Amino acid sequence: MPTHSDRIPDLVFNLIVLSLAFTSGFIIMSIELLGGRILAPYFGSSIYVWGSIITIFMLSLSIGYLTGGRLSISNPHLGRYGLFFIAAALALIPTIYGSDAIMDWVFVRLEDPRYGSLAASTLLFFIPTAILGMIAPYSVRLLVAEAEHAGQIAGRLYFVSTLGSALGTLATSFYLVLWFEVDGILITMSAVLATAGLLAIIAHRSR
Amino acid sequence: MRIVLLITYLLLATSQTANAEDIHSEKSLYRNIIVKQEGQRRCLIFTVKRSDRNQTCIDMSDPKRMVFAYARMTMGGLLLNANPQRVLVIGLGGGTLPVALSELYPTATIDTVEIDEAVVRVAKQFFNFTETAQLKVHVSDARVFIKRALLRKTQYDLIILDAFTGDYIPEHLMTAEFLEESRNLLTPEGVLVANTFSTSVLYDHESVTYQSVFGDFLNFKLPTTGNRVVIASRKGLPSDFQIKSQALKLVDSLAPYGVDPREFPANMSRTKDWDTTKRTLTDQYSPANLLRGDE
Repeated sequence: MPTHSDRIPDLVFNLIVLSLAFTSGFIIMSIELLGGRILAPYFGSSIYVWGSIITIFMLSLSIGYLTGGRLSISNPHLGRYGLFFIAAALALIPTIYGSDAIMDWVFVRLEDPRYGSLAASTLLFFIPTAILGMIAPYSVRLLVAEAEHAGQIAGRLYFVSTLGSALGTLATSFYLVLWFEVDGILITMSAVLATAGLLAIIAHRSR
Repeated sequence: MRIVLLITYLLLATSQTANAEDIHSEKSLYRNIIVKQEGQRRCLIFTVKRSDRNQTCIDMSDPKRMVFAYARMTMGGLLLNANPQRVLVIGLGGGTLPVALSELYPTATIDTVEIDEAVVRVAKQFFNFTETAQLKVHVSDARVFIKRALLRKTQYDLIILDAFTGDYIPEHLMTAEFLEESRNLLTPEGVLVANTFSTSVLYDHESVTYQSVFGDFLNFKLPTTGNRVVIASRKGLPSDFQIKSQALKLVDSLAPYGVDPREFPANMSRTKDWDTTKRTLTDQYSPANLLRGDE
């Protein structure tokens, strides 16, 4: 079994994977909520703006699940898992620093705010969200030791990451926007993802 | 048996009064819209359970008369620019403001922006609102309309911000960036008038935000209402004397609307009566509706 280490006990290993999955669930929804804020100055805050954001998040997550599952086939390990987090952290940087330029570009090309917000959501959120989507199926693979427990472990993983999503939604919409700027929250999210990724890589190396 | 009759009677009675008042109600994409009629007074209401707020009312026996203080106060902007020829009104409601302006300035072009198609329909059906070649309604989010107008390089002599949901002003229409964009649409003589409330902590944040974009503005409050109207101009404020003499000139033309501009100048303050240390609202930081509850 490639996933079970010599030096890290199973319990610690499982805790690392579950807390990272929780973190990614938290951050996905936090970014999605802030997406509404980011798009509003250009496309308003109508129902179709939320429609665009949710569509793109669902679509990119679905692609991420597929890709993450595919990548988990050969030699899955915590080091590569950590790389997903670092990739997501990096993919957020253009979203943070390039959002105005990207939305300006879309705004002059697409008059209809429905398709404008859909295009802008795609450019701003597709890549980071797809990468974050890769984490869930990969986590399942890392945690599953025997086929008979696969369902139970997948259930536990979805429980943890969806709980993270619920808390990410609540924390962001109730408190974070009241205390911090949108970009500040996103930069923190990116830093948290990078740190989480590094921790996973260090844990992998220390085996 | 008698009790059953009594109950039936009570049910009938209550349902009848309710029906007599609500002459129209619909659920639009954005809100519940109710048109209420009480005697001669007909009101447009956007419902939020917590606080039903009248958006606009008209007196059917005297439809020109502005029933609400905030509508009358909005006319205070004319004290700074007496003859606006291009006007932008954000938020249609029952159409009171754009219609009054189109009557006062028949040659002016008036663009009104309303996000909710249903409100446009209701204004036409119940509040005698009609579009003309000079007076047009654009169904759009105000922020999107203003950004497009900047690209078209349109300019306005008068901009009135009156976008209200059942609750308050949408958060992306309160930020410094939005006000900056609106300011850039003003002609050099242009004036911006914004209808706000003076009754919550948000008042401080809003005032700081207006100050950061326009510099000093006239803070217009009447002792009898919780409304505060911000009157800001692109080139800076006129003197009290200029405002007073302009008010005198407008007395006759505003009289049919129930507006007496002579009571305005004394209530237009230049004093910063707000907490200037509060944070500016920006696109990055705009939890406006959360701040409202923070009293």
